[in-house]
Amino acid sequence: MSRPKNQNYKGHGLSKGKEREQRASIRFKTTLVNTLMDVLRHRPGWVEVKDEGDWDFYWCDVSWLRENFDHTYMDEHVRISHFRNHYELTRKNYMVKNLKRFRKQLEREEGKLEAAKCDFFPKTFEMPCEYHLFVEEFRKNPGITWIMKPVARSQGKGIFLFRRLKDIMDWRKGTAGKKLTSSEAQPARSAVNPPGGHDARSSDDQKDEIPVENYVAQRYIENPYLVGGRKFDLRVYVLVMSYIPLRAWLYRDGFARFSNTRFTLSSIDDQYVHLTNVAVQKTSPDYHPKKGCKWMIQRFRQYLASKHGPEAVETLFSDMDNIFIRSLQSVQKVIISDKHCFELYGYDILIDQDLKPWLLEVNASPSLTASSQEDYELKTCLLEDTLHVVDMEARLTGREKRVGGFDLMWNDGPVSREEGAPDLSGMGNFVTNTHLGCVNDRKKQLRQLFRSLQSQKKASS
Amino acid sequence: MTLTVLKSTSQGSWEKRILKSLNSMCTELSIPLARKRPVGEQKELLNKWNEMGTDEPDLSLFRPVYAPKDFLEVLINLRNPNYENGDSLSFRTHLGLIQVPLKVKDIPELKEFFVELGLTTGQLGIDDSTQVPPELFENEHVRIGQKVLAEQDSAAAQQYIRQGSPTALRAELWALILNISSQPEDILYYEQLKTNVIQHDLLVDSLIYKDVKLTASNDDYYFVFEDYLYQVLLCFSRDTSVLGHFAYNSASPPKSYIRGKLGLEEYAVFYPPNGVIPFHGFSMYVAPLCFLYHEPSKLYQIFREMYVRFFFRLHSISSHPSGIVSLCLLFETLLQTYLPQLFYHLREIGAQPLRISFKWMVRAFSGYLATDQLLLLWDRILGYNSLEILAVLAAAVFAFRAVNLMEVTSLAAAEAVLADLSTLKVMPLLQIFLFATVT
Repeated sequence: MSRPKNQNYKGHGLSKGKEREQRASIRFKTTLVNTLMDVLRHRPGWVEVKDEGDWDFYWCDVSWLRENFDHTYMDEHVRISHFRNHYELTRKNYMVKNLKRFRKQLEREEGKLEAAKCDFFPKTFEMPCEYHLFVEEFRKNPGITWIMKPVARSQGKGIFLFRRLKDIMDWRKGTAGKKLTSSEAQPARSAVNPPGGHDARSSDDQKDEIPVENYVAQRYIENPYLVGGRKFDLRVYVLVMSYIPLRAWLYRDGFARFSNTRFTLSSIDDQYVHLTNVAVQKTSPDYHPKKGCKWMIQRFRQYLASKHGPEAVETLFSDMDNIFIRSLQSVQKVIISDKHCFELYGYDILIDQDLKPWLLEVNASPSLTASSQEDYELKTCLLEDTLHVVDMEARLTGREKRVGGFDLMWNDGPVSREEGAPDLSGMGNFVTNTHLGCVNDRKKQLRQLFRSLQSQKKASS
Repeated sequence: MTLTVLKSTSQGSWEKRILKSLNSMCTELSIPLARKRPVGEQKELLNKWNEMGTDEPDLSLFRPVYAPKDFLEVLINLRNPNYENGDSLSFRTHLGLIQVPLKVKDIPELKEFFVELGLTTGQLGIDDSTQVPPELFENEHVRIGQKVLAEQDSAAAQQYIRQGSPTALRAELWALILNISSQPEDILYYEQLKTNVIQHDLLVDSLIYKDVKLTASNDDYYFVFEDYLYQVLLCFSRDTSVLGHFAYNSASPPKSYIRGKLGLEEYAVFYPPNGVIPFHGFSMYVAPLCFLYHEPSKLYQIFREMYVRFFFRLHSISSHPSGIVSLCLLFETLLQTYLPQLFYHLREIGAQPLRISFKWMVRAFSGYLATDQLLLLWDRILGYNSLEILAVLAAAVFAFRAVNLMEVTSLAAAEAVLADLSTLKVMPLLQIFLFATVT
């Protein structure tokens, strides 16, 4: 329960024109992560709430959300850091389903060319219900490598690569065998439950309760872009403030996570080669914590520019914008857009040798623990700016296109870079107000922003 | 085998020391200076050629032959026997560590030398920042760069790059200025060096491994290029064509003699074959180049050329204006002349500025500056064909942090103020120091 004591206010958010009142202090609750704690504790006017106290802001765990969201009353001003059914985007099997459905819809409504813009996820089949479809695809492409991933686990656990059907048949009969039988008994979600309907929710709850391991089999990208002979993926941060209408912000900073060992297809058993999560890399015998294995995305962008030229880099980053926007659009109608909710997603992107970006997955709870000083800086700034955008202090006008390191990427439509009309190029990719991997002079921008907000306020009072 | 050196100049005695150190390591560890690899080992190395970084040989017993600070001690003790104290009054008041009276430029001369870095000339590193519309300078500069490349005009490229190189053109511009063109014979030459590495193991190889593991592999950005570094440096140490640079270097390459034939020239070989003994941090000369060149033989050629034109001057004793001795003196003179309060203060608290800035200059700032800034700096080294800019930048850094430095009371505290240069923007610093400071 989160009832504030003596309040007299109106709702706020990015809806323009509504009055918002300032609060004397903002009571917060959070999970125990050092970066988050540091940011929240240092925020002026924010007070930590003890166990059962009322709160205005909660950076919660998804498990807490699952158990409590449905029976927690929240006043209008209260904010919480997850959407109730975020898993529509963040669980691999649901994400794939939603994307496939969205793609079909696009093809129907706007043609093949438009639909092809959703081809940023490698061919994926849900196991076990799509097993036969998978086998068909498998037989059409002999010799390629596939990757099997559990839908709900993170940090690289439970993942393995395979090239022969025999490998997964063994796996099927083995540990997964029993589990597969029980989940095979359940109908595929999309067949029975219309998205967004009430029924969908209850069966999802059911799914959450049963400790069954669902997997996806995905085409493994065999020609990843390599730097120094090493494979890497990109971690990018996207902040969604609402789904209806869709409002999303893109953070300028991010990083490339390198595999500690050299990439080769000859050793698909060596998970250290193929998986680039820091968590997996940390257990590799080659791992030296002093080394770290991350590049800030600015450095990566510069490296690419010096190798391929600025135009190729522009195209790549604009293709990535396309991934963020399309993926969010695909779950827009499915996710319960509760105005109390916001969510900071960690997108994992893989780039192949043709400089095409692929979506690997979306994380609802990207790691906020810092692996180095540089990482600590990045994450604390990211969190600070997130809180600025959430704006519990009701300082923003709702017309800002940039807050610190966040650029407004989508506001119920494309957001242009300059003031004025949106700049839709005929090429099809939206020319968005995004600056991923560009200079992040957030301190300066925030100073200017808050100063001008203050003077605007004085002028109007 | 033993090593010996024939010249007895101060460079000569420094060389003697290095070789003695190498010799004793050799004896202590009972490792030969060179040996032929057995066939099995050759095969293994060939297989691992692209991932030598995964090797974890036991290097605990190896130490770098010397570190920059050892070299600084040698420079501090340099005296010119021909010099009489009575000659130069101004030099007698030189309070820095370097006691050799070489001619160095003052700020008016530097302003003339570096005229293209002036306030009214467009610069990459300043005029390409996000606030400046690209139409004002950047677009045109890029267009000119493309033209220079199209015409393959090396002299024009050298002039052009004084204002900095656009990221996308840099690799080609540097190759043009250094006259590197990757002909089939160059690739063949590199392959031959590679074969040499496969067939013979040298003691210096372990030193190279150790250096890469200690420096580049621990760097937040260069760790990714570890394998390239081995591929370049191991070949480099076997490249006898590098010996050519000793013709204009006052140093001489160390020699080794076949056992029992000490002193007999017919039985002398250079060791290592390229005559260059790596020191702690040597691999950092190569690391930034990995950002630009990805094909091993091209990367190799570029590095080799950069070494024989510039880097060798940073660790050999000479009177050349780009030699490390002159750079140190230039740095100290600039500081003492234009920031006297700061200089005296640091001297008083036992923090002679050169003790801090020396390592920056010896490494040409590699590993200290952010990569993009470093590349902008090295653009100017190529453009002006001089390393003097390293000394000017070092002084500019001190000027920039002068306020904080005036408050410290120990060498350690001064080191701390200057420990992190990764946020510095080199071009504004240089411009302000040279052109916007009241002298």
